[in-house]
Amino acid sequence: MSDPFLHVPEPGCRPGDAPDFSDVVIPKAGAVPRPAIDVDAEEIRNLAYSIIRVTNKKGEAVGDWAGSVDLDQALIGLRDMLRLRAMDARMVIAQRQGKTSFYMQALGEEAVSCAFQRALEKGDMNFPTYRQQGLLVAADYPIELMMNQVYSNEGDPLQGRQMPVFYSSRDYGYFSISGNLGTQYIQAVGWAMANAIKGERKVASAWIGDGATAESDFHAAMVFASTYKPPVILNIVNNQWAISTYQGIARGNSGTFAARGLGFGIPSLRVDGNDYLAVHAVATWAAERARKGLGPTLIEHVTYRDGPHSTSDDPTAYRPKGEAEKWPLGDPVERLKEYLIKQGHWSEERHTQAVAEIEAEVLETQKKAEATGTLQDGRRPPPSEMFEDVYATPPAHLVRQRQKAGI
Amino acid sequence: MARMSMIEAIRDAIDLSMEADPTVVVFGEDVGYFGGVFRCTSGLQKKYGSHRCFDTPISENGIVGAAVGMAANGLRPCVEIQFADYMYPAYDQIVSEAARLRHRSAGMFTAPLVVRMPTGGGIMGGQTHSQSPEALFAHVAGLKTVIPSTPADAKGLLAAAIADDDPVIFLEPKRLYNGPFDGHHDRPVRPWSKSELGEVPSGPHEIPLGKANVLRAGADVTVLTYGTMVHVALTAVEESGIDAEVIDLRTLVPLDLDTIEESVRKTGRCVIVHEATRTCGFGAELMATVSEECLYSLEAPPIRVTGWDTPYPHSQEWDYFPSPARVAAALKQVLES
Repeated sequence: MSDPFLHVPEPGCRPGDAPDFSDVVIPKAGAVPRPAIDVDAEEIRNLAYSIIRVTNKKGEAVGDWAGSVDLDQALIGLRDMLRLRAMDARMVIAQRQGKTSFYMQALGEEAVSCAFQRALEKGDMNFPTYRQQGLLVAADYPIELMMNQVYSNEGDPLQGRQMPVFYSSRDYGYFSISGNLGTQYIQAVGWAMANAIKGERKVASAWIGDGATAESDFHAAMVFASTYKPPVILNIVNNQWAISTYQGIARGNSGTFAARGLGFGIPSLRVDGNDYLAVHAVATWAAERARKGLGPTLIEHVTYRDGPHSTSDDPTAYRPKGEAEKWPLGDPVERLKEYLIKQGHWSEERHTQAVAEIEAEVLETQKKAEATGTLQDGRRPPPSEMFEDVYATPPAHLVRQRQKAGI
Repeated sequence: MARMSMIEAIRDAIDLSMEADPTVVVFGEDVGYFGGVFRCTSGLQKKYGSHRCFDTPISENGIVGAAVGMAANGLRPCVEIQFADYMYPAYDQIVSEAARLRHRSAGMFTAPLVVRMPTGGGIMGGQTHSQSPEALFAHVAGLKTVIPSTPADAKGLLAAAIADDDPVIFLEPKRLYNGPFDGHHDRPVRPWSKSELGEVPSGPHEIPLGKANVLRAGADVTVLTYGTMVHVALTAVEESGIDAEVIDLRTLVPLDLDTIEESVRKTGRCVIVHEATRTCGFGAELMATVSEECLYSLEAPPIRVTGWDTPYPHSQEWDYFPSPARVAAALKQVLES
């Protein structure tokens, strides 16, 4: 059924169809030039429609954007992504075993958060949404604490108050996650404005998924960022799917998400989100702009959500089987591995060994976390915790209620 | 002491707070150069510069969302929503974000901000310039909700709100901006400069949040009220000659339970007056509290006098407002039952 007066965008293929990404135009690695950091948004309009790529199919780093990480840093990046992937895999199993209520894995999107974090400095603040747990992993935040949070056990830094994966760590630059989509985007702009008002030279980075760009908070953030030009990086993670809704719905199936920044006069670019080297290069470029007082940058990370939205979701109900394997930008771990091997800094054998070591280490960490408690086994923060931190000082009515509860 | 309007008292509180604490910042629609449509922030941009007092895009969601981020980053934003009626686009940021940040991050991040908004009717503002949404905030754990009734209270409570470490909703009864409203719309408004209630302490002045004010001691019935209705209730008591104790709650959250209960136990009767619509209004909470805590002292069922459960009307606003006559009738009824 179609009516020319109402257009409901539909993805190119659905379950039962052959996966087809022929409409995703992928430029060659190295093809997009790297502009000066003080460039005008107008001068780089084309960057909002192209994709910045560094690592080519042969595993080589090519073009202007190459060189922001050395080989040792790239190896650290590979380890970050492997640790994140291993942790995700363990936690998905733990959820299936009933040890926690819910989980969201970053499978296929590891480069976005891991590479970005390594371009930030201590004191910078991320305002993440789901699936950016790599920001914590790459900041060397203890994985055991993340697992404690997922288990809501006695070691959970958030005292069992947040659902799993809603991490928070001021010291590691990870703002408290909200379940209401998009709210953090304008808060990041406010945080950056405060940096400017206080004369601090730190950077705020906002994160949002392709679907949540439809929320009014996204637009409020864009307006405020373009008005006050504070040191903020506005990231959009376009992983193609917002639960079952494909990304064409949120953008009216026209233009690109990055192009939304152009109307606001914000330099906007798209990056290959499965290319660790490209994400790092673009993040470094944007962070340098912010640190020099040159204002906000919008980055669309083009990637693909390999797994389900969450453990409550079944993607085979809405997208073709095997679509993930057909994603033209490949797998971020494989691509960085190939690059390191090509550079003579890594090998298949060492990789196999590293994966085994990291998986063993993560399993060991999981055992430690589970020794503290899981959501299932009841060793949780005491119920009295729910009465704490509602206000700086508990008011009379809460004191009375707590007494009534006998806790 | 000086006599000033509520607008001047609010400006004085913000000014002194900005002077004392460089982390206090002020922003909102029109608040910078122009000083706000009600002129509550007049002169502040000139005095403190446009980095501390500035205009924003017309985006309530943006104003409060940015304030949450700023507050979490060490500033104390005191933002203005031009009319309380316009706060709905910002409601998610207030309720889901500002109110919960401390709890959900186990104290790692906090949102010490103030959202000021003119509230209530009586200025022929129609449906979208007259609402009293206090119950929508009082229901939310993590927020504090404040409504002053005099210039001195406005100054003292706002200074305390800005210094408070929790998010505070500061509702300013715009009918009281220029003078006390006694419920008789056909009488000329007497400006605060000609009323003893316009006396405002000079210099720093704070009134702790959570402390009600017993405006008039009485033996026969307790009147619980706040904001504009404080003055309507006082007029009703005066005109009816009933010996009522009139309590201005000042803050709805935290609520001064002790003062309320002590008074109702003493008088055995209670009338609750607010301008907002009745169903699920804050009066319901007061009624429930009084019933739960003071039942055996009550000699009559408590009564609510409120605005009607209709959208706020333009040309009929004087029929919508609880009038002194309606309040007096309720006082008589509760005394007779």
